[in-house]
Amino acid sequence: MKDGIGAPVKRKEDKRFTTGKGKYTDDIRNDNQAYAAFVRSPYAHAKVKGIDTSAAMAMDGVIDVLNGQQLTGDGIGNIICGWAITSKDGSPMNMGAWSALATEKVRYVGDAVAVVIAETQALARIAAEAVEVDYEELPVAAHIEAAMADGAPQIHDNAPGNQIYDWELGDEAATDAGLANAAHVTTLNITNNRLSPNPMEPRSAIATYDDAEEHYTLYTTSQNPHVARLVLSAFYNVAPEHKLRVIAPDVGGGFGAKIYIYPEEITCLWASMKTNRSIKWTSDRSEAFLTDAHGRDHVTTAHMGFDADGKITGFKIDTLANIGAYMSLFSSSVPTYLYAPLMSGQYNIQNIHCNVRTYYTNTVPVDAYRGAGRPEATYLVERMMETAAREMGMDPAELRRRNFVQEFPHQTPVLMQYDAGDFPKILQMAQDSADVSGFAARKAEAAKRGKLRGLGYSTFIEACGLAPSKAAGSLGAGVGLWESAEVRVNPVGSIEILTGSHSHGQGHETTFAQIVADRFDLPVENVSIVHGDTDKVQFGMGTYGSRSGPVGMSAVVKAMDKVEAKVKKIAAHTLEASEDDIVIEGGEVKVAGTDKSMAWHEVGLAAYVAHNLPDDMEPGLKETAFFDPVNFSFPSGAFICEVEVDPETGETEIVNFTSADDFGTIINPMIVEGQVHGGVTQGIGQAMLEQVVYDDDGQLLNGSYMDYAMPRAADVPSYSISHHEDSPSPNNPLGVKGCGEAGAIGAPPAVINAITDAIGTNDLAMPATPQAVWNAIQAAK
Amino acid sequence: MEMTGSYRIGAPREAVWAALNDVDVLKLCIPGCEEIEQTSPNTMTAKVVQKIGPVKAKFDGAIELLNIEAPASYTIQGEGQGGVAGFAKGAADVVLTEDGDETVLEFMAKAQVGGKLARLGSRLIDATAKKLATKFFDNFHNHLTGTDPPGD
Repeated sequence: MKDGIGAPVKRKEDKRFTTGKGKYTDDIRNDNQAYAAFVRSPYAHAKVKGIDTSAAMAMDGVIDVLNGQQLTGDGIGNIICGWAITSKDGSPMNMGAWSALATEKVRYVGDAVAVVIAETQALARIAAEAVEVDYEELPVAAHIEAAMADGAPQIHDNAPGNQIYDWELGDEAATDAGLANAAHVTTLNITNNRLSPNPMEPRSAIATYDDAEEHYTLYTTSQNPHVARLVLSAFYNVAPEHKLRVIAPDVGGGFGAKIYIYPEEITCLWASMKTNRSIKWTSDRSEAFLTDAHGRDHVTTAHMGFDADGKITGFKIDTLANIGAYMSLFSSSVPTYLYAPLMSGQYNIQNIHCNVRTYYTNTVPVDAYRGAGRPEATYLVERMMETAAREMGMDPAELRRRNFVQEFPHQTPVLMQYDAGDFPKILQMAQDSADVSGFAARKAEAAKRGKLRGLGYSTFIEACGLAPSKAAGSLGAGVGLWESAEVRVNPVGSIEILTGSHSHGQGHETTFAQIVADRFDLPVENVSIVHGDTDKVQFGMGTYGSRSGPVGMSAVVKAMDKVEAKVKKIAAHTLEASEDDIVIEGGEVKVAGTDKSMAWHEVGLAAYVAHNLPDDMEPGLKETAFFDPVNFSFPSGAFICEVEVDPETGETEIVNFTSADDFGTIINPMIVEGQVHGGVTQGIGQAMLEQVVYDDDGQLLNGSYMDYAMPRAADVPSYSISHHEDSPSPNNPLGVKGCGEAGAIGAPPAVINAITDAIGTNDLAMPATPQAVWNAIQAAK
Repeated sequence: MEMTGSYRIGAPREAVWAALNDVDVLKLCIPGCEEIEQTSPNTMTAKVVQKIGPVKAKFDGAIELLNIEAPASYTIQGEGQGGVAGFAKGAADVVLTEDGDETVLEFMAKAQVGGKLARLGSRLIDATAKKLATKFFDNFHNHLTGTDPPGD
């Protein structure tokens, strides 16, 4: 099967992407188009005492200026967080009200207070400058420490001390006992830096109201258009679901930031009804830095105990997480259920306790960003293992081996049941590939050139395809976490797959076609993928958390099972054979061992003309399936990073980066490698370059690419990548595990472990800029 | 952002003090000042155009004089709204000390910017503020003495 599972098929969608013919939200222009520009607060915390729109309204071409009082007055609901977390004292989380346009207070720089609707984008922006807002400044808490301090400014009235919840997972007494009995305890204080997601395409929305039908259409940059429609309808009261169509056309990257429903989409929908115009808004890059949900921003103290043989006896974690000024859609789950359950890493740990307190601050909301909770957990666990090995004088790889989970399934003390893996083998693959045995010689050679060479490991596990829905619901999730698919065989035999997954760079149009081509032995060209339009596709949950493979493709497989059964029935009926003898291959449906066959398209035609079907069979050839996994999938891997540090300048070069991954079954190795490249590069960005900085007044200080450093080609080496495919996931039909986030999850600790190995001190925080590395070297002298 | 400085001005303290309280002198000396208007003995409004890094803004501002100890010291504080560019505010304690026929002017200033100015220009704020302060006192010295200030 040329284009089937495992083939490095070139991405079908790249023809339009690489020739400038992708169709993104901002490429769409409607009749009756008008443009929105938002009036945003320059203050991090202030009362809104008045809004004077007279100068803006007087401008030619300004259609309207709308504010938050009007929006809430029209019954548009507050933005909600979709995962309810319960504090350890049993109290619910303290969710503060978030109106799409601020009414009485602004709570971060960039908080929108009004929107200008005008005939052109330029005019809308000019008029937005003419809107005068009377602010009364309030004291600001821009960082976690400030938000939790005595007498801190109160950001939401219903969150005393700015705390949202105080949550725990695991057995604290058992963990304390495990630490008390340890021969050695390693303690780490770790900050997980705050990141801006930076998808290449900025957010955009076009909302159109049809007053004759009382119907809305929203084009938007969403990773999950059905979830957007559900939330816009059920919580924000924009329109009932059958009166609201949400389309996410080509979307240029998401990384989590495009999961959430933002104030701008809600406002554009409402404004289209208010003005009876089609309203378009596209973020500029500066607005993206200011308003796209950020990622990470944790401060953690943790202790890990070991017995005399290096076996872990207990792991205790105390984390403070910054949620920003409002609770974004999944913000509550990221530092809790996407974080603490990963604390067992690849290790057999009997006692784990994780306490997490989250706080409001006067900053943009913080939510999931590539990896979402799992990078934070992995960074902590893998920094801990490396540091402990150094403190105990052990080889860090050997310390890991002594603690690896070796038998599956394995129940951790923090909810997870690991289903399959082979951690020692994958570590060995990485060590062989990275030539670890030759490291000492390379280090000596580097020393002759005045360079400090270091090597760091990260043996990580992550959890993809969040599942099952019932379990997630019992933990507070507001939605199910299944996926849907419809397989349509057309009368001419071509196939359309309607999937609830959404592609925004992942290559679904290729990989989803490959699994169909594989099953029915057809060319991928005969298969097209339909996604991202609530009027075309049945309800689906969208794409995040590396779920499209393990969950989305599984739904396609289930639907294909039904199609295959029907194809065989039709062929058996037509060819007068037994269904059991029918085989599908080479574009034909055959009776095995005979020369009797039908062309694939003849079966399709037979199903639709319905002239000769079995008596009890309905016409047509399309099937739908919903797949709800019974468990997460658990991708894992071993990363080895090798660096050279110039001790005079602190400048660090990654000279080798080796990735040995277990993603289960691989559908398209080229696309998987691309995902690893992108993920590892983002991980290196977090480790060495990226950091969102707010000053104490809550002003964002690096809101452009002049000041926010993204990794570039020159910052990363050529990666060495290998895959282990012998431990497929037993919990989905293809055995896939997900690969979208692994690089971003596993890379940061490998990089920091390598740099700290090179410079001989553990005291180094991300991002490890030349200045930070140089300072660490000086401090250790 | 905090900044301190000291300037020697070749004029008596009374003259320096008078100039520091003269709206016309301030208008001449504040870089980018387009308009300044006395609204009460100790308050003024001003329009100032500034470019900080990539952000050009016209600030509508209010200036107030506080802690007046004529002719020795005062605090001058101001706040300007730059529209979509954001805002700037600051205060400077100014102390004049007699030294023969000359006067030593010392100042200690604090400034804060917000909005786009902070987001896009934060790297440049310190350098820009120092440049503006230097320019102001150069202009001020020049106005009072008719000569360029001595180089540092």
